Amino acid sequence: MMLRLTSSIYAALIYGFIFLPVFVLVLFSFQASLFPIPPFNGPSLRWYAAVLADKRLVAGLGNSILLALSTSALATVLGFLSAWGFARFQLPKSGLMRGLITAPLTISYLIIGMGLLVFFNWIGIPKSLIAVGIGHVVINMPLCFAIIYSQMGDHQANIERAARDLGAPEWKVLSLITAPLLWPAIFASFFLSMTFSWDEFVISFLLTRFDTTLPVEIWNLLRAGLNPKTNAVGSLVFGVSILMAILFEVFAFRKRPA
Amino acid sequence: MKDLVTIENLSRDFANTKALNDVSLAIKPGSYTVLLGPSGSGKTTLLSILGGFLQPSSGRVLINGADCTNVPPAKRPTATVFQDYALFPHMTVENNVGFGLRMRGVDSATRTARAEEMLTLVGLAQSAGKKPHQLSGGQRQRVALARALIVEPAVLLLDEPLGALDLKLRRQMQDELKAIQKRVGTAFIHVTHDQEEAMALADHVVVMNNGEIEDEGTPEKVYAQPASRFSATFMGESTIINNHAIRPEHITIVKSKGRLGSATVADIVYQGSYKRVLAKSDATQFIIRMPAETTLTVGETVQLDCASNHMIKLLR
Repeated sequence: MMLRLTSSIYAALIYGFIFLPVFVLVLFSFQASLFPIPPFNGPSLRWYAAVLADKRLVAGLGNSILLALSTSALATVLGFLSAWGFARFQLPKSGLMRGLITAPLTISYLIIGMGLLVFFNWIGIPKSLIAVGIGHVVINMPLCFAIIYSQMGDHQANIERAARDLGAPEWKVLSLITAPLLWPAIFASFFLSMTFSWDEFVISFLLTRFDTTLPVEIWNLLRAGLNPKTNAVGSLVFGVSILMAILFEVFAFRKRPA
Repeated sequence: MKDLVTIENLSRDFANTKALNDVSLAIKPGSYTVLLGPSGSGKTTLLSILGGFLQPSSGRVLINGADCTNVPPAKRPTATVFQDYALFPHMTVENNVGFGLRMRGVDSATRTARAEEMLTLVGLAQSAGKKPHQLSGGQRQRVALARALIVEPAVLLLDEPLGALDLKLRRQMQDELKAIQKRVGTAFIHVTHDQEEAMALADHVVVMNNGEIEDEGTPEKVYAQPASRFSATFMGESTIINNHAIRPEHITIVKSKGRLGSATVADIVYQGSYKRVLAKSDATQFIIRMPAETTLTVGETVQLDCASNHMIKLLR
């Protein structure tokens, strides 16, 4: 009895520790007055209206969505193709090459961002959304590779062999057999890339100037001090992240027929 | 009759083992050939080379007189039924069967009609709309067969196609395979380690061991006149004595001293329609087939005999 009580309190503390900040953020986004501090006197949607009326925030939102969709699609395609290459062909130094392709997962975004900044500066690519897009592909491609590669087994190799045996050229094997068999892994890596691109701040901050992404715009807003508008936009970002995390879970852990 | 497939001096090395060692073989049109051997005998390697999934280290494969040794699977006139069936799990049975025609650019109406025809041939016309995971093992096997036959291959390759089925279903599928082969008239090359399966299906048995062909011919010939010691003990059982093989049904128990001397009964196994008796002498282990009613007991000493024309001289 005693033990149950202590463990319940412990669990409550842990979950409180994790979710209380987000809860406070979301709660005060519905604040009716000017400051996101107690007492709570909402609910009111005025700060959400203020967010949608802010041209820079809306432009940042659009840029972030565009960037998340396009870089995730590209990272997923590249990750899929490299996973297929490593899984189906005997490549020289395959283990080392596989290690190298996943290595960016362990490097901080700050280092990758700085590296890209210096490199783009050197070859003359200006700070822009395209530069950030390249950065997001760099950080997400290894992830997509790792997820998809882990799902490529010998059983699928045999199914691909059967398709080739029946006359399928290689690109049809890939598009009609391999990709459909790996849909769950492909969707999962796409949505996980989306969440990372959507939340990503450091690389976007380093590689953009005028046109920038939502996290950078939020940071600009924060410099002017706290107000419930920052809470509102933060809640929106959080909501979208949750949605993508749910989609990821659905596709990554969906039960497949044997 | 002209040969459909000619295999010339095929060898295949893996790391430091020879999976195939200088194998030559001719396959007749419309024949049912069974490659029989234990695991590691090279039978699956030979089938993979025929299907184009593996390149030989040396030697040639001719199909209808054309050299196919370096032709990729998609372009050669063979089709394979894989051991685990390798059906496309995301497609319906009908689309699985129609896949080969789709790759040949056949329009969808013709494809559906032909797929229905093939499914009727294998007795699965009702299951066209199902997904593979909704089928039983035997049904998946039939889908795999229909999917391979629809492209009208010159040779159909079957890699242990009945291996995953239980015994009863396996015997039943054997009869169906044979019937389907007779109906379509395509040459089948079938790999198995089950000698009963080989005898039931084959017009032409090829016994393989250690990457080489030990023996080949009709099942009757291989059983009655095995060429080697291996063949005599792998395709049916034999007692080996002084370079001769004797089949269990040809050993008789006699009152006075027989041609094979005396032996002590070591074990009696009841097999339903007969009893399989193991008897040992100093040098030899005899395998004898006795009527089920036999009153032999373990430990008894018996005199064994065999007609001289049933002692098969082994060449190897």
